[in-house]
Amino acid sequence: MSELAPGAGKNEDLDSNGHPTAPAKLGYSPVAEIPHQLRVTDTDPKAARRAERQVAAMFILSMVFIMLSLVAYVMIDKYTVVYIPVLGVVGASNVALGFTFGIAVLLIGAGAIQWAKKLMPDVEVVQERHDLVSEKEDDNLALANYERGKDESGFARYKIIRRTLLGAMALFPIPMVVVLRDLWVTPPGENPTEILSTTMWAKGIRIVSDGTYLPVRPEDLPVGGLVSALPEGLLEVQKEEHNLNARGKAAIILVRMDPDQIRSQQGEGWDYNGILAYSKICTHVGCPIALYEQRTHHLLCPCHQSTFDLADSGAVIFGPAARNMPQLPISVDAEGYLVATQDFAVPVGPSFWERERA
Amino acid sequence: MKFLSARRRNPFVAALLLVGALGAVGVTFSVVSNIQPAQASLGTQTQVEEGKKLYLEGCSSCHGIDAQGATNGPTLLGVGAAAVHFQVSTGRMPLAAPGAQATAKEAIYNEEEVAAMSAYISSLAPGPAIPTSEELDYESADIAAGGVLFRINCAQCHQAAGQGGALTQGKYAPNLMQSTPQEIYEAMVSGPQSMPVFSNDTLPIKDKQAVTAYIMALQEAPSPGGLSLGRIGPVAEGLFMWVVVFAAFIGAAVWIGIKAR
Repeated sequence: MSELAPGAGKNEDLDSNGHPTAPAKLGYSPVAEIPHQLRVTDTDPKAARRAERQVAAMFILSMVFIMLSLVAYVMIDKYTVVYIPVLGVVGASNVALGFTFGIAVLLIGAGAIQWAKKLMPDVEVVQERHDLVSEKEDDNLALANYERGKDESGFARYKIIRRTLLGAMALFPIPMVVVLRDLWVTPPGENPTEILSTTMWAKGIRIVSDGTYLPVRPEDLPVGGLVSALPEGLLEVQKEEHNLNARGKAAIILVRMDPDQIRSQQGEGWDYNGILAYSKICTHVGCPIALYEQRTHHLLCPCHQSTFDLADSGAVIFGPAARNMPQLPISVDAEGYLVATQDFAVPVGPSFWERERA
Repeated sequence: MKFLSARRRNPFVAALLLVGALGAVGVTFSVVSNIQPAQASLGTQTQVEEGKKLYLEGCSSCHGIDAQGATNGPTLLGVGAAAVHFQVSTGRMPLAAPGAQATAKEAIYNEEEVAAMSAYISSLAPGPAIPTSEELDYESADIAAGGVLFRINCAQCHQAAGQGGALTQGKYAPNLMQSTPQEIYEAMVSGPQSMPVFSNDTLPIKDKQAVTAYIMALQEAPSPGGLSLGRIGPVAEGLFMWVVVFAAFIGAAVWIGIKAR
């Protein structure tokens, strides 16, 4: 459908290199009243030769960079590091290979474009396009086809088939929604709501610090101190269940503050001499949080900036979280280690449909 | 001698003798008082006195004459030498101006003065001491274990690569790329400003050395691929892509489209 404008391919006045010198009919624009501007390379043979040399130089330089790239591969040990301003201390081999190969490819592209822009014919071309509206006969044909299909299939005639088909189509997506329930793999006989509402914590379970898995004594934790902690025996449960669900529910942080500074708690005497245990899982969408500011007693969630005041029942003082951070009641056992006195009183983590308000 | 005996009843003699006697006492006292502290172990007594002088000049207006605390500054009783060394040697104290948080700057006091102030504050009430070189030695520590502990205890505020991050209301956790092992240790045991305390009971010295080894490895680690973009992860990398790389693409497209002259 394309049609070259008058003048294209008719460059009869060529110089010794075959370049157009001053094409006779260039300057005619069929599109609009914009006069065609001749390029310097169209009018000045010296400029054309200069452009030719430029393009060739880019291709030659590209070859040089490829050779440099190979040299860099052979010469530079892959563990060598160098300091380069702006980049900092970097791996010499990676940077050298990336730089030389990248520049080589860039030069091929730049050379090709320079060639096209400066030396290849520079004429306006019009490509004709058919109308967007279809022909009347095509419209009629399509309509006739549709009517014939309707008649032959009997879609309008067999009422019961039509209705049962619609019913079948409406029902078939239902299992896809129902199986979503299994995203939480519920062991037989167990209730997902109950699983979401309970954790490993129970009366007498020792609190161990995350990472070292050593039990914590109250005197280990100074005022202003913070420990990320887990229930003792978590690693065994994790091994048995082959997932991190138990950890995800039971993770807590222990903080200690001056008992005078505790304004309220979720239960009477749930602290132990100023040591408070709170869930580590944000009640908004469940990010684990331990950004605890020991002077303000604020706990900040980095995901959406929910902020909880641990000196005031873990109340939400900022951000999208809707519920207090659940508190775990603690005490010490006969050997003087910190233990839980019961499970969390409310489900930890983000809200779910069956969760009662608390 | 005739000269002296002839004038011994002169009224000036008494005055002269008095001045001489006072001078002798003064010289003797100054010699003795210079010797005594040198005999006291490691000269701490002078340090405490020197530290008290510096404290009264530079710190007492906020922390109180006896370091008991006041409206503008917390008590320093029991903070220990580690806290004083951390705050003063990193230039956080004395405070330049009230704000969300004290920022690190050029230290005002030299090492000797900081040591004197530390000695004075720890003489008032016991607290975490400045770590010994054995406690700071992380050469044989387990870097990988330190990385695990860092991600559990430190990364939530200081970012997984120790680049620091924002807290609430203008407070922030500082970047750790310039921190020395001593500063890292002192910050953990003293809990400066918003930072919780990680005592030697909950995070034993062996684990502190591992954490230090991990931070030192982060500080020394080169950026193998070139521009690290602050090592703050996909957000910075995405921004760089959208702003710098796409701008370069658009520039290239414009260059391709422009008609040659």
